[in-house]
Amino acid sequence: MQFILNQEELTVENFAPDTTLLEYLRTQLMHRGSKEGCASGDCGACTLVVADPSPDGLTYRTVNSCITYLGSLEGRQVITVEGLSSSTGELHPVQQAMVDHHASQCGFCTPGFVMSLFSLYKQREQLTQQERLTREEINEHLGGNLCRCTGYRPIIDAALSLSTQPDAFTEQTQSIREALLTLQASAQTNVPQPSLTASSAFFHSPTQLSELIEWLEAHPDARLVAGGTDLALDTTQQLKDIPKLIYTGKVAELKRIEVTDEALILGAAVTYQECHAQMKMHFPPLAALFVRLGSQQIRNQGTLGGNIANASPIGDTPPVLLALDAELRLVSPEGQQTLPIKDFFTGYRQTCLPKAGILESIRIPLLDPADVFKVYKISKRLDDDISAVCFALRIRLDDKGCISDARLGFGGMAATPARALHAEQALLGQAFTLEGIQAAQHALTQDFSPLTDVRASAQYRLEVAANLLARAVHEYQTGTSLEVSHYA
Amino acid sequence: MRNLTTLDTASASIPSGIGQKIPHESAERHVAGSAIYVDDIREPQGLIYAAVIRSTVAKGKITRLDLTPVLHAPGVVTLLTLDDIPGITDIGPVFPGDPILTSDIIAYAGQPIAVVAAKTERQARQAARLAVIEYAKEPPQLDAEAAVAAGELVRPSHQMQIGEDIDLALSSAPIRLEGKMYVGGQEHLYLEGQVSMAVPCEEGGMLIYTSSQHPSEVQKLVAEVLHIPFNRVTVDMRRMGGGFGGKETQAAPWACLAALVANKIQRPVKLRLPRIDDMVMTGKRHPFVNHYRIGTDNQGRILAADITVIGNGGHSPDLTDAIVDRAMFHADNAYFLSNARIQGHRARTNTVSHTAFRGFGGPQGMMIIERAMDDIARHLGCDPLDIRKRNLYQAERDVTPYHQDVDYAPLHQIIETLEESSQYWLRRAAIRDWNAKSPVLKKGLALTPVKFGISFTVQHLNQAGALIHLYTDGSVQVNHGGTEMGQGLHTKVSQIVAQCLGISSEHILVTATRTDKVPNTSPTAASSGTDLNGKAAEQAALILKQRLAEYLAQTLSIDVEQLRFADDRIWWTDTDSKHFAEVVQDAYLARVPLSATGYYKTPKIWYDRTQAKGRPFFYFAMGAAVSEVLVDTLTGEYRLLQTDILHDVGQSLNPAIDIGQIEGGFIQGMGWLTTEELVWNPDGILLSNSPATYKIPAISDAPPIFNVALYEQPNPEATIYHSKAVGEPPFMLAISVWSALRDAISSLSDYRISPDLDTPATPERVLTAINALRFAAKEAE
Repeated sequence: MQFILNQEELTVENFAPDTTLLEYLRTQLMHRGSKEGCASGDCGACTLVVADPSPDGLTYRTVNSCITYLGSLEGRQVITVEGLSSSTGELHPVQQAMVDHHASQCGFCTPGFVMSLFSLYKQREQLTQQERLTREEINEHLGGNLCRCTGYRPIIDAALSLSTQPDAFTEQTQSIREALLTLQASAQTNVPQPSLTASSAFFHSPTQLSELIEWLEAHPDARLVAGGTDLALDTTQQLKDIPKLIYTGKVAELKRIEVTDEALILGAAVTYQECHAQMKMHFPPLAALFVRLGSQQIRNQGTLGGNIANASPIGDTPPVLLALDAELRLVSPEGQQTLPIKDFFTGYRQTCLPKAGILESIRIPLLDPADVFKVYKISKRLDDDISAVCFALRIRLDDKGCISDARLGFGGMAATPARALHAEQALLGQAFTLEGIQAAQHALTQDFSPLTDVRASAQYRLEVAANLLARAVHEYQTGTSLEVSHYA
Repeated sequence: MRNLTTLDTASASIPSGIGQKIPHESAERHVAGSAIYVDDIREPQGLIYAAVIRSTVAKGKITRLDLTPVLHAPGVVTLLTLDDIPGITDIGPVFPGDPILTSDIIAYAGQPIAVVAAKTERQARQAARLAVIEYAKEPPQLDAEAAVAAGELVRPSHQMQIGEDIDLALSSAPIRLEGKMYVGGQEHLYLEGQVSMAVPCEEGGMLIYTSSQHPSEVQKLVAEVLHIPFNRVTVDMRRMGGGFGGKETQAAPWACLAALVANKIQRPVKLRLPRIDDMVMTGKRHPFVNHYRIGTDNQGRILAADITVIGNGGHSPDLTDAIVDRAMFHADNAYFLSNARIQGHRARTNTVSHTAFRGFGGPQGMMIIERAMDDIARHLGCDPLDIRKRNLYQAERDVTPYHQDVDYAPLHQIIETLEESSQYWLRRAAIRDWNAKSPVLKKGLALTPVKFGISFTVQHLNQAGALIHLYTDGSVQVNHGGTEMGQGLHTKVSQIVAQCLGISSEHILVTATRTDKVPNTSPTAASSGTDLNGKAAEQAALILKQRLAEYLAQTLSIDVEQLRFADDRIWWTDTDSKHFAEVVQDAYLARVPLSATGYYKTPKIWYDRTQAKGRPFFYFAMGAAVSEVLVDTLTGEYRLLQTDILHDVGQSLNPAIDIGQIEGGFIQGMGWLTTEELVWNPDGILLSNSPATYKIPAISDAPPIFNVALYEQPNPEATIYHSKAVGEPPFMLAISVWSALRDAISSLSDYRISPDLDTPATPERVLTAINALRFAAKEAE
């Protein structure tokens, strides 16, 4: 397996398939600038930047190296904090800005912040050179980096002070890009791939869907890994050995993004970040949800398909997709099938995915101009927190202003993401007013008996679910947002 | 040294004495990833990794312990159990109660039972999970109030009183109010978890690298568990990735266990707790239950107060005695209580032993009186700020319940200045208007003061030592008893030495804290790091300065008083000078000793605990904050919109570092009071055991408008350059956020009802408070 670490091409042989990037850097290469704060992708101390070839340059994306499998980096560039300063020790502008603004105290989170700022810096360089960063962008990109000392103000000021100029990485963009493309090409032709019948341990990255299915069929005990943001916790938190990993990230069919007149179609291995722009464009209320879905590091790795196929009751995209009547395309050795997402979840972390099957793509019908679409996420913390309740509402009003169609998708309310079918029924024929939703609010108790857990009590979940219906009405009537996050 | 190095005496001196905003001494290494923490040290050859086997029940007895599967797991080298310990087995820091390992009685979930060591960290941790342990479980005590009622205490109760007959004063007051509240604990969540590395040395000794705020205590305990003299153990502590009190006593167990394993097999050992183990196995800020009964006059001036605070100590005393004392010392906060009885109880429960955390009980104590201020205001229909101002310490009303006099002047000046600069009254009016027009979202505003006592309340801890070496190239090495955890202590000490010697701090290196350089040190805690160690370093620097001056004066045949140390040079006239390094070289050749120790002990302090009277604090640090919040009455979600702070640091040694402490303390305090929720299930298992489930503030939580200013009046006491301690006091400025949330909720009753709002005030608790207040408002109609 070959990748570029900072400027150097590295070949890694004989690594355990479930080795994480952070573990490899710290224990094998003795690169100890990146820190382990939690080993679960929650603190950002281990943040690194991964560069991939784009049509005309490189994209720079942050990842939590503690939950990134080494094997997924084949043919990519990894930039660590050690690689940011020049060989003569001159600091990169983002590092200097952190020093100038007194933005480190204990310094343990600092390398992670520096890397998040670096990725932001490189993205700005490619987009709009002249503009300064906004507080919103800074929050969006640094929400996954925890600092326990500073209170963030000096870090924010450091970020606000940056004016992006070409840096040492700019002049190397093309040479690195070419080197990566060469590595990627040779990975497919020259590097011996594990054979299909290999049985003991492998990290395999198929490039075609048919190959992926073959591998799944041949290795029923293998784990499928996409972004790995959830699976890697089995490695780092449960300490399970996972000897066989099949990686979805290189399968072209799973990475497609397609827009037709009727629908947005997303391959299952498309990351949140990759579909962010399209989602925002076609479903504007998702803009606010997407910046609160995990952290930037997680959004750069996590995939829509993973969020769905995981079938976690607290994933944030399933409630949205339920409300939007999304359809899932499943592919297995037996063939293909399409089914509405509401039929996909069968129980706690259970789906009807066939044996050796894979979720191939998600088809999301576009909104009708007459649709009212709202999405709300309730959690203790605004950034990078798991929802107590996630709620998506889509209703259609007839010309008399009565509700003719209703979809209410919820997360956090049941063992699976679920629609509130009784409440939906109760909305039909009603006006979209506080009075008109009352029956639906009551019906929610028929739809759900949520749990009390570390995030919220059952009672709070039920009350908030009902109140969010009221919030949707208030917002619809006044045309202004009632989300407190929009006021800060 | 046969010949001396050639000196560069041409480069310009960089101003870096006191008052300069110089960057943290490690800032460039922090951003470059080259600052080395314990886990970053290159491991010695043959190092093995340890992992702790811990209890999974909160109370009971071990009935079966089978470690055979652990021993046979891949890579395992050795096991350590209670029987393997040559020395003491109870490492309680002040009072007994903390068995380092248990083979029998279980007092909390997460209690260490054995240690396994293996060739890799992963192997050790995997092996630890293979232990077969059976328990006779008993129902755990998790309720602090019930524990107190049942007499289950980790330490005896204590009481302070001022005034004669409190009950009479209460019953004769025109207005009587009472209230009770739960104040949640807090996980430290230092980004660098607990970690120690032990390296065996000759003479049966041990070198310990540890992330600890208290190297001397680690040295003592390691020596005691190994049953060797203290002089065989050296502890080295360069920096911590955050401490916040969590590494004051509770870094020691992991160092002791690493040392015990290292001693057993004579190999270096590293023990680093995985994050979940760290959160489960180490103590937190004490949760409290507080109660007040207060009588006031018709203007809301307190005439009598009866306050009870109950700290949940967990299973053992640890530092609980002093922490509950400090809660009691701060139950008055900034307000004069003419007749007051303050009682403090220390409950024993079946959780991990709760410990020091920034503020050390002070924040929990303050909450009750700040709650009372809001309650009085609502009862009288006044603005809470007016009630607070009416009750502030002032002339003739300036004695605390423990009989220490208060210099009240800064409090008044700070509040008045802040009232003006934050436009409190204009915004108060604007918020009333805004709320009237906003049916769902409501704003709240509050100004709360802080008065925080500075000094360890355990008198003997108020001492410090330092050691300074001058080398013949003119460079200076400074060592002192304090530890660097990000607070900028080494930077400030370096500035103090630079100021003393008239040199740039680039010539000064403050090295790792080591028990073989400065012995018998106190923990870096109680905000005292700079006050104590800065003074000790100054003493050492002054001794060296005097020696150089005497030597130079003698060679020039002038008076010592004529010499001036500045700009890396020593001047005898306005134009005649010699470079500092040259003088050092000359002094060396003239056989002047170039190394000195310094020592400091805090003057004036005393406390007679039997009488509950004295002057436990050398001085008070003060400040105030105004916070404005926006609350969603449908979901309980909220945002902090603006915070304005004016805080008293005396004469600032480094304004950039001081502001950093204030902002960081405030945000950490806000986390404590809002989103940071510790949840134990009824079996005593901690559910909020990782940053996935325990939410400290993230970047969006920092208020969009955040104005922080220093109230720069020199400390009238003779502290180091008349500065004031800054580590803990700003933490409590965050009470303004909680009070502002209550203000927003109270607006739903037109400010007539003062809502109950326990902490942390999560969105769920805010919504619960809103519902309760609406219900009460309806009842009242």
